[in-house]
Amino acid sequence: MVEQQAAVLSPEALVEEFKKNGVTHVVTIPDSETNYLYELMQEQPWLDVVPASREGETFAIALGLIIGGQTPVCLIQNTGMMESGDSIRGMALDSGFPLVMVIGYRGWNRHGVITDSVARYTEPFLNAFRINYYLVEQDADSHRISVAFEEAKNTKRPVAILVGDEYHGFNR
Amino acid sequence: MIQSSDIFRVFKDHRGDAIVIPTGTSGRHWREFTQNETRDLNLGGAMGHTTSAALGLALGLPNEKVVLFDSEGALLMNLGILATIAGKQPSNFCHILLDNECYATTGGQPVPNAQEINYAGVAKEAGYSAAYSFDDLEEFATNIEQIMNESGPVFVAIKVVPEVENEPIGMRQRAPSRSRAETIRDLQGELGISAG
Repeated sequence: MVEQQAAVLSPEALVEEFKKNGVTHVVTIPDSETNYLYELMQEQPWLDVVPASREGETFAIALGLIIGGQTPVCLIQNTGMMESGDSIRGMALDSGFPLVMVIGYRGWNRHGVITDSVARYTEPFLNAFRINYYLVEQDADSHRISVAFEEAKNTKRPVAILVGDEYHGFNR
Repeated sequence: MIQSSDIFRVFKDHRGDAIVIPTGTSGRHWREFTQNETRDLNLGGAMGHTTSAALGLALGLPNEKVVLFDSEGALLMNLGILATIAGKQPSNFCHILLDNECYATTGGQPVPNAQEINYAGVAKEAGYSAAYSFDDLEEFATNIEQIMNESGPVFVAIKVVPEVENEPIGMRQRAPSRSRAETIRDLQGELGISAG
């Protein structure tokens, strides 16, 4: 019997995509599930991690960084994204600058029943704000991050990456 | 309490080349005194997150002095930003709070615990390099030069006279001012930053 290797999303894949797309700052609220990614980001000399106290801060801090000529990414969970509604409106959508937001898709499940309400409301939330999004579940999907950067640049709007592996902790 | 316009009248002589971000009803007076509009930035608003955007600017432009004129109603909406700012220790950031103890744009209702809270104390304990409180114009005028030369993040809380607005929003007179997009474009042009 052949044992199947589960497909995983490694923190290295995300950090590589950040580097490839010229990211200078990651504005984030770390959580236990993204611990490996947080550690790896801290080790990168080209990357400045900006820990925030509340998710709504991240979009505003990102705007300030963009005005200063930097390329930030907001890295938060879907729960915090919902808390950030007015900040997304006022600081991201209304400002007319490109921004990639990487959202941990808490509660998302491809094969089972979704029981966590935050997962049920995540995509409707993004649709309500007319923010396009790409699902990234494993390393093979990581090129979609570059697609999101290109789209954000071309449209001068925020584009979201939904990290479907978040619930499992950015598996190594 | 001090008139906001007097704060700006004093501050203008100590601004140097700093990027200035005025906010709130009190902040409108800056237009009467600024002598370098290209370095004045309107960051808009989003439930108190102008403070966060000002932090981002200070981090993005570490060689430029950034001065934010904040309001206490906005800061209270997102008090955790004090810890966020202190955590990054932007040495180029001066955070001046114009505290009129009320929501002036909605009729002057008091903010929570308006007369008792010690904002400078909160900022200092959050980890700012230095924090000051002023309720006297002469005292502010005596200290502002040293404050502007201090390594940040520095916090300055000033009690100001509220300028309460009671007219319906649509009937309020507004002096012409540049939009957020215009101020960003002008500042980026001055600093040689290409728009994202």
